[in-house]
Amino acid sequence: MSYSIAGSLGAFCDWLDQTDLSQTIQITSWIVPAVQSVHILAITAVAVSALMIDLRLIGAFAADQPMRRVASRFLPFVWWPLLILLGTGVILIIGEPVRSLMNPIFRIKMVLLVAAIIVTGLLQYLQRRDPAFGDSAYKHRGAATAIAVLSMLLWTGIIFAGRWIAYYA
Amino acid sequence: MEINHALDWLQTTAVARTIAENDILFPWIESVHVLAFVVVVGSIAIVDLRLLGLASTDRTANRVLHDVLPYTWGAFAVAAVCGSLMFSSNAVNYAHNFFFRGKLILLALAGLNMVVFHLVGIRGIEAWGASGRTPLAAKIAGAVSLAVWMSVVVFGRWTGFTMH
Repeated sequence: MSYSIAGSLGAFCDWLDQTDLSQTIQITSWIVPAVQSVHILAITAVAVSALMIDLRLIGAFAADQPMRRVASRFLPFVWWPLLILLGTGVILIIGEPVRSLMNPIFRIKMVLLVAAIIVTGLLQYLQRRDPAFGDSAYKHRGAATAIAVLSMLLWTGIIFAGRWIAYYA
Repeated sequence: MEINHALDWLQTTAVARTIAENDILFPWIESVHVLAFVVVVGSIAIVDLRLLGLASTDRTANRVLHDVLPYTWGAFAVAAVCGSLMFSSNAVNYAHNFFFRGKLILLALAGLNMVVFHLVGIRGIEAWGASGRTPLAAKIAGAVSLAVWMSVVVFGRWTGFTMH
């Protein structure tokens, strides 16, 4: 079963690799570095916005401001640039299907990304349900701290995995 | 030339040789470099957008500066150390790389912009108050900073593609 899934994904990569779009990306030398640059600028907006919310949750950033203000200031900068991140990521996959889709580091990165999206969504849900979430008087301080630490670890892992895709042969 | 002797010496030091000859040391240093400059550029962008009056307008520019800059400087120190280690492993080639040279010039521009802002543009920052409005000098500093730091990222990425 797993063999046939891996086999059909491999066949998909081979097909994608031969499409006109993929060939154009492969032949035009400036496309990959340009798209990677936009990809990095997008992860900068996403990861640092998430970081500021996480630091606020552990009381290490704008601690005098209510959590809901910090969340409403930075959450849009997590979600909207995430679309740019996904869009540029898709272009990079089309340009190098085997190097990405068949790469274990890339797969780990995708699992971490899904986890980071879930944790950020959970954080947003908890904050909207209880406006006191993350403030010093919040009754589940431990949970808020755990979410913040998990979020920081996940975004760090995503950035590291992104760089290591290039080194995994 | 003196500078070429210095670069030659640098890349034959024990630290540089170790990084150059080890398979996983360079990617690890590079990963930490990327993580650190993400924090540098992202946190500076928060300040820049406030100077432009586009974001964080519910907080005074002075507060935003003090919220963010300790993280910026901490991360900058890490990025600079990791960057220097990577540079040392192949000093002569980096020093002759167009995009690496461009990146250094852009970093100097970013520093100059920051110094000018702190000497001139920051005057009376406490009096700007809590409104989103900022003086023209602050808007110029914010726009220049945003453009220069984004260019630093682009030149850095292009350095990686032109070093082999």
